[in-house]
Amino acid sequence: MKTVQTDKPVTARHKPLSVRLQRAGLQVFYYIVMSVVALLFLIPWMWLVSTSLKPPEQIIEIPPRLFPNPVMWINYWYGITSINFVRYLFNTLVICGAVLVGRIFSCTVVAYALSHINWAGRGILFAIVLATMMLPGQVTMIPIFIIFSRLKWVDTFLPLIAPAFFGDAFFIFMMRQFFMSIPQELTDAARLDGASHFDTYWRVVMPLARPALATLIAFTFIWTFTDFQMPLIYLKDRALWTLALGMQGYLRRYGATGTAMGAMMAGATLYTLPMIVLFFVAQKRLIQGIVTTGFK
Amino acid sequence: MERARGPKRPTWSKMAQREFVAGLIFSSPWIIGVLVFLAYPMLASLYYSFTQYDIPQAPHWVGLNNYVKLIAEDRFFPKSLWNSAYLTAIGIPVQLIFALFCALILNLKIRGQAVWRTIYVLPTLMPAVAMAFLWSWILNPQLGLVNHLLKLIGIKGPLWFNSPLWSKPSIIIMQTWAVGFMTILYLAALQGVPKELYESAEIDGAGSVRRFFSITLPMISPVTLFQLITGILWSLQYFTQAYIIGLISTGGGGTSSLGAPQGSLLFYGLYLYIQAFEYLKMGYASALAWILFLISAVVTWVILRTSNRWTYYDVV
Repeated sequence: MKTVQTDKPVTARHKPLSVRLQRAGLQVFYYIVMSVVALLFLIPWMWLVSTSLKPPEQIIEIPPRLFPNPVMWINYWYGITSINFVRYLFNTLVICGAVLVGRIFSCTVVAYALSHINWAGRGILFAIVLATMMLPGQVTMIPIFIIFSRLKWVDTFLPLIAPAFFGDAFFIFMMRQFFMSIPQELTDAARLDGASHFDTYWRVVMPLARPALATLIAFTFIWTFTDFQMPLIYLKDRALWTLALGMQGYLRRYGATGTAMGAMMAGATLYTLPMIVLFFVAQKRLIQGIVTTGFK
Repeated sequence: MERARGPKRPTWSKMAQREFVAGLIFSSPWIIGVLVFLAYPMLASLYYSFTQYDIPQAPHWVGLNNYVKLIAEDRFFPKSLWNSAYLTAIGIPVQLIFALFCALILNLKIRGQAVWRTIYVLPTLMPAVAMAFLWSWILNPQLGLVNHLLKLIGIKGPLWFNSPLWSKPSIIIMQTWAVGFMTILYLAALQGVPKELYESAEIDGAGSVRRFFSITLPMISPVTLFQLITGILWSLQYFTQAYIIGLISTGGGGTSSLGAPQGSLLFYGLYLYIQAFEYLKMGYASALAWILFLISAVVTWVILRTSNRWTYYDVV
């Protein structure tokens, strides 16, 4: 890169032409890099949608084409029917809904105890939250499975739902961080006015916590909706499958061959769609959430 | 931590007692959760790891047998360790560097930042199963897009997921496509670096490369530390995509397809799953789980211990 000789530091406004030209050149260069990387990110999406709309012979065609002709919307119908999409979507949403209820309740209550109640165990409990936040789930997976299978809960949604009612270190931490930003004076005042802790939690803290709740909801939904391993372990009965399992079942039955590919990609597109919608609805909250949990 | 008032006194006031009870009640879901879903399972799996426990039979004590067998006899154990080490040691740095690169260009003064950011982040949201479908198709040796593009510039593309040599690099490519969350975190970190630092460095005559290495990297190092640890822990449990791609490359077959081709995608998390839920060898799998726990703990500890040499905590 060229360096420009100046005898005094240039201010933002008045710069020599050479500097401005260099800046403009740099700007163009930035846009080019930006677009190339963006294209790398976009091509797989285009390939996904393109394949999902191709007739079988164009799927195995060489060289491949980007724009299918004719456009096979019917692949989406094949995908929906052969994956049993509606049924599995329903199951997935039932699980997501129940997990959401459990998480919202359990994580906020605990976070309240860790932020707006002054009690002896608070420090220790928060230390436990921090220590267990990183614990790999696969370490505890086997005994938990054994507990649930003794309870005869295998092939029900309960093993996927019940743990959500007992908190989650990651989200407790996130909510607690948010609750700490709500002034103690506010909750103290409510308490002095004779409000119980539950009232303070429900009427003072929770209404203020909406942004953080939105983050919790968005992440919980994404992770539950896309989860594969837990449903795989607990749901053997096809009627109870989630979408992730349904997709896998389609793969096992039809294989990843050229003819099955159109419907499969259509299914994958439909399965991804809710996540994209969610992203556009909750973009700000998601980004906020990643940032607050990442910065400690 | 907050001011702790009251409860330290030897005789508790009525108030402190009431607060203690309230604290206990409000945190009871998590206290139960820790006991039932963390403490008990940790101890139980430690116990199971010393037993032979082929469900539905009851566990019986075999001492260190499982561990001895893992280390001395099981050839899949070192293989899965190697595969996961590969994925972690190469994949995580590649992802971090690429995410930082993306964050740097997203941080440029450029029009339509929200649109660019969306494009860069969206892949992260694709469900793992769908992602495995899509990428095994993109990297299909005969019909895939990538090998077609390579052929256009005169390169014969590899077999990607079907080749034991290329399957792990293929996984890394796929995961690097989906680094959006890492990128966002880096972007936020970059935006948190005080502008004055750059300005004074510029006046002192530091070029942009120098500024990057002397200001940017140290200032965002806490975020790098966080992402490194979470990335490694995630990578050690890598499961879904490996499971699905194993199915695809063997045409949707049975258990034998797991970790295909030739066990090159038999990652640690996948092997643990196979032992526990395909072979139903809960004792043996518990030994694997505890080794996973120890590895995770040691790696995290080592990184945290050595991190003060390369992380810079001051602002933020």
